[in-house]
Amino acid sequence: MSVVFKKTPVLTDTIMHYCPGCGHGIVHRLVAEVIEELGIQDRTIGFVPVGCAVFGYKYFDIDCVEAAHGRAPAAATGCKRVNPHNVVFTYQGDGDLASIGAAEIVHAAHRGEKITTIFINNAIYGMTGGQMAPTTLVGQKTTTSPYGRDPEHCGKPIRIAEMIATIEGAAYVERVSVDSTPNIRKAKAAIKKAFQCQLDGKGFALVEVLSSCPTNWGKSPSEAMDWIKSDMIPYYPLGVKKDITNE
Amino acid sequence: MLWTNIFAGFGGQGVLLIGQLLAYAGMYEGKNVSWLPSYGPEMRGGTANCSVVVSDDPIASPCINMANCVIAMNRPSLDKFEQNVLPGGKLFINSSIIDKKATRTDIDVYYVPCNEIADSLNNPKVGNMAMLGAYLEATKAVDSKSVLDALLYKLGEKKAHLIPLNEQAIELGKQSVRDQIK
Amino acid sequence: MAKKLMKGSEAIPEAAIQAGCRFFFGYPITPQNDIPEYMSARLPKIEGGCFLQAESEVAAINMVYGAAAAGARVMTSSSSPGVSLKQEGISYIAGAELPCVICNMMRGGPGLGSIQPSQGDYFQATKGGGHGDYHLIVLAPSSVQEAVDLMHTAFDLADIYRTPVMLLADGIIGQMMEPVEFHEHEKRELPEKPWAVTGYDPKSGRKRSIVNSLYIEVDELQEMNDRLQARYKEIQEKEVMVEKYNTEGAEVIICAYGTVARICKSAIAICAEKGVKVGLIRPITLWPFPEKELNEVMAQDSVKRELTVEISAGQMHEDVRLAINGAKPTDFYGKPGSYTPTAEEIAEYILKTREA
Repeated sequence: MSVVFKKTPVLTDTIMHYCPGCGHGIVHRLVAEVIEELGIQDRTIGFVPVGCAVFGYKYFDIDCVEAAHGRAPAAATGCKRVNPHNVVFTYQGDGDLASIGAAEIVHAAHRGEKITTIFINNAIYGMTGGQMAPTTLVGQKTTTSPYGRDPEHCGKPIRIAEMIATIEGAAYVERVSVDSTPNIRKAKAAIKKAFQCQLDGKGFALVEVLSSCPTNWGKSPSEAMDWIKSDMIPYYPLGVKKDITNE
Repeated sequence: MLWTNIFAGFGGQGVLLIGQLLAYAGMYEGKNVSWLPSYGPEMRGGTANCSVVVSDDPIASPCINMANCVIAMNRPSLDKFEQNVLPGGKLFINSSIIDKKATRTDIDVYYVPCNEIADSLNNPKVGNMAMLGAYLEATKAVDSKSVLDALLYKLGEKKAHLIPLNEQAIELGKQSVRDQIK
Repeated sequence: MAKKLMKGSEAIPEAAIQAGCRFFFGYPITPQNDIPEYMSARLPKIEGGCFLQAESEVAAINMVYGAAAAGARVMTSSSSPGVSLKQEGISYIAGAELPCVICNMMRGGPGLGSIQPSQGDYFQATKGGGHGDYHLIVLAPSSVQEAVDLMHTAFDLADIYRTPVMLLADGIIGQMMEPVEFHEHEKRELPEKPWAVTGYDPKSGRKRSIVNSLYIEVDELQEMNDRLQARYKEIQEKEVMVEKYNTEGAEVIICAYGTVARICKSAIAICAEKGVKVGLIRPITLWPFPEKELNEVMAQDSVKRELTVEISAGQMHEDVRLAINGAKPTDFYGKPGSYTPTAEEIAEYILKTREA
């Protein structure tokens, strides 16, 4: 019998706690596959966030550090500066990175820190129960914007990829989505490139991944994937925002 | 032997430096020393000052309130610190720019024309060294050779040519004290 | 080696480097800027060394967290308001059982306060400071030489007990110049760091390293806390450091730390001239607090009372009272904020309260 699909050994056998239809599981797999394909499992250090991916260290079969909320880029900086031969990445959600950790991510990019950041944008706080995130869309109902996000009251959603792309130290920034198979393939290519950017010593790399949160969006898994396409992508356009890795 | 000293003056008069030179010199002579720049409420009023302790025994407090010696390079320093001289202590006044006499009668007071001495050497910067010379003559706290060693360390070899000028200023400061004792 | 006349805030970073510290992450704040400035000049010249000015105190302490997780000897320094900002990170470092050294050059507070010396951070330093049940080992130097020597102790204790260690100094220690000697220090046996994240090879046989302070199960969190508390107990038993000065046959025992303790020594000399024998207990470790040593001195028949002197509203005095526990009268002299008491004032207070 031929093997047509196999779990990457860079993921542990631990059963993930993510909800049905959540994008985290997909992105975890993509990151782990990239680590396997690049042959860097034995020197990669993962910095996981506070948020739904808080247990990331249980799933990635690599040395891991659990960082304080929003501080993963700073903690990853400390690690990378101590052991520059390690491949260091942060895996952060939108509350973690775009809200409380906005300063840390901006300055990690600004320093051209040679780390890789995987940024999950699902337009909501998942772990704490569906509160409004900086990335929550206008009109989107959450537990702290029960009448829908009102831009007069709390602004319009923040576009992290575009913002980071303006920073000199960022070498590679792309926004991808996991709403469909073709987009998942593109997402994996982007993640691989972001790790390669670090391996080549080019500077800071960030991949923003538009991802689903059916539980807190109040949608079925398939409705959630449709919503990424119909509502998120128009506001958060996919594509490469900056790439100086060939310079 | 225990010398507790407050050096005070305008910023730029070099009071922190002569305080440091005294501390270095004391250290070179194997004594215990401490040098503490202005701290606490005494920083108010636009004066720069430092507390310097030179002692044979380990130094208890480096923070000096009542001192054996107060060196006042300008009028505000005299106004502020005259009261901080211990009875029987010494007060050094830069008479070139302080027109006031000391009011205390229970201490030794020395009037040192620092600016005139500096002018006589054609270098306005060495007034502080003249004052340090006066202090050394009156206290014998450390040897002036040690002070010159300290100055050489601070100046570095590139500026070693300034040593004779500073040595002259120290000598003239000492002379002014000898003249007053006579 | 010849003595050098050095400022505390230059001698401290030099001592850290000599103790093997190769990583420094900090953010400017007065009055401790000489420390990062010194490190920024020295560390890049040392192989493998790295100084990095962080975007905030919050980021700096988290860089320390990451570097400590990677197994490095690492430190940060700051002054009171900046140390408040670091508390989140310090709690995580304590929870993740990582070693590091934090230097706090205390200034007056609360809020923005002043930039003058203070001892207002005693609570923050010795009672944990952030959330959760943890302690830092807190070392309080009273001279530049002692600060130098304690830096070696700080890094060793951090490694041995896998805990953050704080050097708690007032601004005077930082600004003062005193002769210092950088001599060889007794080497303590240091544990390996198999827990560090350095890269996991499944074929190597070493366990996967996970640096973490998250224990979502009640039992697991209990286990971690029990481990910490057992370690704190061991530290209390083994690592207390204290100076006793003139305590034999004294009538009054002063309890003071840092520069204030030295001012008290001058006050003791003034009292002696008036025929009153006063002694001093100077905690060098503020945590663990030298309870036993204080009580031994207080138990003497000659001792009538205790007097705590601090530049605070009496923060350490609370620990003194807990230790003495009513066995003899205790008293407090000092002011919160930045007022450094003079030796004359302290002596006058002792003599005045004696008559009363």
